[in-house]
Amino acid sequence: MPWIDACATDDVDEEDLIRWDHGTQTFAIFHSPEGEFYATAGRCTHEEVHLCDGLVMGHLIECPKHNGQFDYRTGEAKRTPVCVNLRTFPVKVEGGRVYVEVA
Amino acid sequence: MGKRDYSPFGADAKRAVDTGLTAAEWYHTDVPRKVMKDLMARSDGPAIRDTIILYGSMIVLAGIGIALWPSWWSAPFWLAYGVLYGSASDSRWHECSHGTAFRTPWMNNAVYQIASFMIMRNPATWRWSHARHHSETYLVGRDPEIAVMRPPELAKLILNFFGILDVIAFIPRILRNAVSGPTPEERTFVPESEWPKVRRAARIHVAIYGATIALAVWMGSILPLMVIGLPRMYGAWHHIMTGLLQHGGLADNVVDHRLNSRTVLMNPISRFIYWNMNYHVEHHMFPMVPYHALPRLHEIMKPDLPPPNRSIAEAFAEMWPAFKRQILNEDYFLKRDLPPTAKPYREDFHQYVPGMMRPAAAE
Ligand code: FES
Repeated sequence: MPWIDACATDDVDEEDLIRWDHGTQTFAIFHSPEGEFYATAGRCTHEEVHLCDGLVMGHLIECPKHNGQFDYRTGEAKRTPVCVNLRTFPVKVEGGRVYVEVA
Repeated sequence: MGKRDYSPFGADAKRAVDTGLTAAEWYHTDVPRKVMKDLMARSDGPAIRDTIILYGSMIVLAGIGIALWPSWWSAPFWLAYGVLYGSASDSRWHECSHGTAFRTPWMNNAVYQIASFMIMRNPATWRWSHARHHSETYLVGRDPEIAVMRPPELAKLILNFFGILDVIAFIPRILRNAVSGPTPEERTFVPESEWPKVRRAARIHVAIYGATIALAVWMGSILPLMVIGLPRMYGAWHHIMTGLLQHGGLADNVVDHRLNSRTVLMNPISRFIYWNMNYHVEHHMFPMVPYHALPRLHEIMKPDLPPPNRSIAEAFAEMWPAFKRQILNEDYFLKRDLPPTAKPYREDFHQYVPGMMRPAAAE
């Protein structure tokens, strides 16, 4: 699978996320409070709402629509109304850039 | 568009899906990400303070009511207790179902469970209906929380100021939930994995009401029901009054909350009971902003919103005549003007709505 240069590390504030679109796919790229980066599918699994307007609290992303929550490190669904886990993607950081292995 | 069909299995529900209305993107006012993050930030402080005031007042008021019972001198205390029980529980239920009132999840959940009991809603069902109300606000046949269906039946609205229809609908539903889980309608929005929770919650509610009624029979007095159950009726008026204002008389089948929701400025006591849900356009557009941050959000969004009604009375004066006109013409709705600073309504989003393409026709 190709590693794609998604953004600079500075583009994502700590304890926050940004939207990243690649081809026909959309992703969410997270910067954890410990300084790690993670990538997940961009849209909530409850309805087709993008997570980029949601709130990151620790390792949770809150969907902006109905407050469904996921652990963005594992994609695990943590609070209803979300019942289906979020897809995650491998990430590496090199030279101040965030790379995502898209599938 | 002719007669509306509010059934989730009806023609309007199907049309909303087929025309792409349910999948349409809703309008959002531009608010910078940093500002929005700040507004969405959670804290426990305001909700703990308000919860102590609420439950503390209820204990004191009910205590005085019981002490003065059966004298008529107890009446004002019951009336005040009733509003906190039968109306403030609606806003607590609402805000805690969003999970935004407190920062700490168990606190949200505890208040949610208590409030659901008081307002006579199954906590495992209504969480889902409310999610749908937010995704598909006032889309006919899709939104299970449309308070005033067109043409409005004013007698029913008036009866509900005393919770009569809500309670009559609640009793068979909770019994049915306790026996066999969600009803067929509820199964359209509650996922199957949650059905056992619907039954469990219903059984707890039924058990508490059963114990209260047994105590009342044993005492030969309605006093236990004055504390549990009846305040859902004699104290319902405030949440019905404010609830009607949320969307009453405004457009349906649109994807812009400025067209289907109403913000009303109101007195501080009503705002405490209603937990700031008078900022209703703001709440619908950004449901993850906690109640205590809504006044700040209102200031930020103001240039993009129709001017708010300045009081409950003013909002009723606008809404009630619209209900009356809808009795004769159910396509009638109020379309409020935007200030020059606002982004215009996207008429092309709303071709489905009679009158939307000809603004004058809606006036
Ligand atoms: S769309 Fe994400 S929780 Fe509903």
